[in-house]
Amino acid sequence: MSTAVHRTGFGSALDIERIKRDFPILDQKIHGHKLVYLDSAATSQKPRAVIDALVRYYERDNANIHRGVHTLSVRATEAHDEARETVRCFIQAASADEIIFVRSATEAINLVAETYGRANVAEGDEVLITAMEHHSNIVPWQMLCDEKHAHLRVAPINNAGELEIDAFAKLLSPRTRIVAVTHVSNALGTVNPLRKIVQLAHAHDVPVLVDGAQAVPHLPVDVQAIGCDFYAFSGHKVYGPTGIGVLYGKEEILAEMPPYQGGGDMISSVTFEKTTYNVVPYKFEAGTPDIAGAIGLGAALEYICKLGMDKIAAHEQDLLAYATEKVGAIAGVHLIGTARERAGVLSFVMDSVHPHDLGTILDREGVAIRTGHHCAQPVMDRFGIAATARASFAVYNTREDVDALVEGIRKAQEVFA
Amino acid sequence: MTTELGDLYQEVILEHSKAPRNFRRPVSANHEAQGYNPLCGDRCTVYIDMDGDKINEIGFQGSGCAISRASASMMTQMVKGKTKAEAVKLFEQFHNLVTGKDEAARTADLGKMAVFGGVSKFPARVKCATLAWHTLQSALEDEKKQEPVSTE
Repeated sequence: MSTAVHRTGFGSALDIERIKRDFPILDQKIHGHKLVYLDSAATSQKPRAVIDALVRYYERDNANIHRGVHTLSVRATEAHDEARETVRCFIQAASADEIIFVRSATEAINLVAETYGRANVAEGDEVLITAMEHHSNIVPWQMLCDEKHAHLRVAPINNAGELEIDAFAKLLSPRTRIVAVTHVSNALGTVNPLRKIVQLAHAHDVPVLVDGAQAVPHLPVDVQAIGCDFYAFSGHKVYGPTGIGVLYGKEEILAEMPPYQGGGDMISSVTFEKTTYNVVPYKFEAGTPDIAGAIGLGAALEYICKLGMDKIAAHEQDLLAYATEKVGAIAGVHLIGTARERAGVLSFVMDSVHPHDLGTILDREGVAIRTGHHCAQPVMDRFGIAATARASFAVYNTREDVDALVEGIRKAQEVFA
Repeated sequence: MTTELGDLYQEVILEHSKAPRNFRRPVSANHEAQGYNPLCGDRCTVYIDMDGDKINEIGFQGSGCAISRASASMMTQMVKGKTKAEAVKLFEQFHNLVTGKDEAARTADLGKMAVFGGVSKFPARVKCATLAWHTLQSALEDEKKQEPVSTE
């Protein structure tokens, strides 16, 4: 029930061992070692509540939505609507009509580029992004700029991985048509000063899209307080299933935007001469959606809201500080991304061990991390490296997990000594 | 180290990764190609001095993990002096070795490179081991490749 969603939980601190038990996958051994999952920035694990919601839906309620008068269709439709309301509450949108279900944050950004972007960006115009974006917040804009003969402008970052806000402000021009910026960098962990960014962009009447894929698992998000025009995130990084994502858009902007794909559900009436489009959000949701995915995402958000986003954020900040101290203290390890405000991820390189070799050695110790360019090659280029090792944290991680990482790093150093 | 890990990171592999041989561009190089592994961002350039059909001189440069550096280093030693056809055949055998397709390959022409047999237990690392070989193949085909060859 959406009304059961609270943004803060009860009690003082989270019982992480109990929370760990909510995630069945964590209870297993990898190569004889207890699984230590430090790759939640790639995808988070799923609590029993989400797995159960999917099973319950397919076992009891599965039917197509908005189509039938029969009981199952009514149940499925209601559950899907409830999930939309849960998402609205989770990001504090003004109306559930501002919540569009998509496949992923990637699809959400593509949707905006292909609809809002195509309608508003013309030859010689500019799209402004930052140097810390994930490929999914670069390539859709590049494609749009190529098509329209517009220019992609990139605001620089400093050596700590922070946005150079003065340079960003200078890049806003009378030709800027949209700003697209990440909330939290997936490769560096940097938290961007969104309110300042939105304030600067809005002073030029430029709308702002925020890629929130790496933010929603870690921080309480209030889209109205941020003031952004679009906010995109994926379900699977926030304890939900893969295949479901969310685009938030301000209702007045969504209403003006042309539709994305054509098909069922996005129309009010069709003749061979003319089609009248449905209202938002349905205008952007052609075809049978991922009903189970939306319901699973709703269950995930209810689960973390019950724990309390403030408490999750505090727990993860503690872990990140601990990991920064412990990993940063190892001789021959260099942290990449040392912004004052960070969340979720710790990226690093080593003098004697390539990230890939570290990843393999850690895996044999049961420790799962991500190694590579993290779909952020321009970030790697900025720091003059090909890849980093990235440990990322979720609510189910503990200081012991960080200790296992540190021990694994030392083992790798021994192998390559 | 566990046995499988020990099989992967054999002493000779570690040694080559730390001090790769032929890590340079030979001045006489008349063929070259760039290799790229989009999964990890690793890059490799192979330079060859072809004398007719024969690999007269060979070198490589780039950044990569221990497996890819050692593989590139040992590959340059192995194919130097070989013909194009011989080099291509060695790649085939090496590929079978690291993908675990052909046990017999261990005893065939690969010699010291048989130490890469341990890679077959680590499917995620096969592309690290084959990056230099893909690049070699590309360099053998063209005098100067414009587009980097990809492991994908």
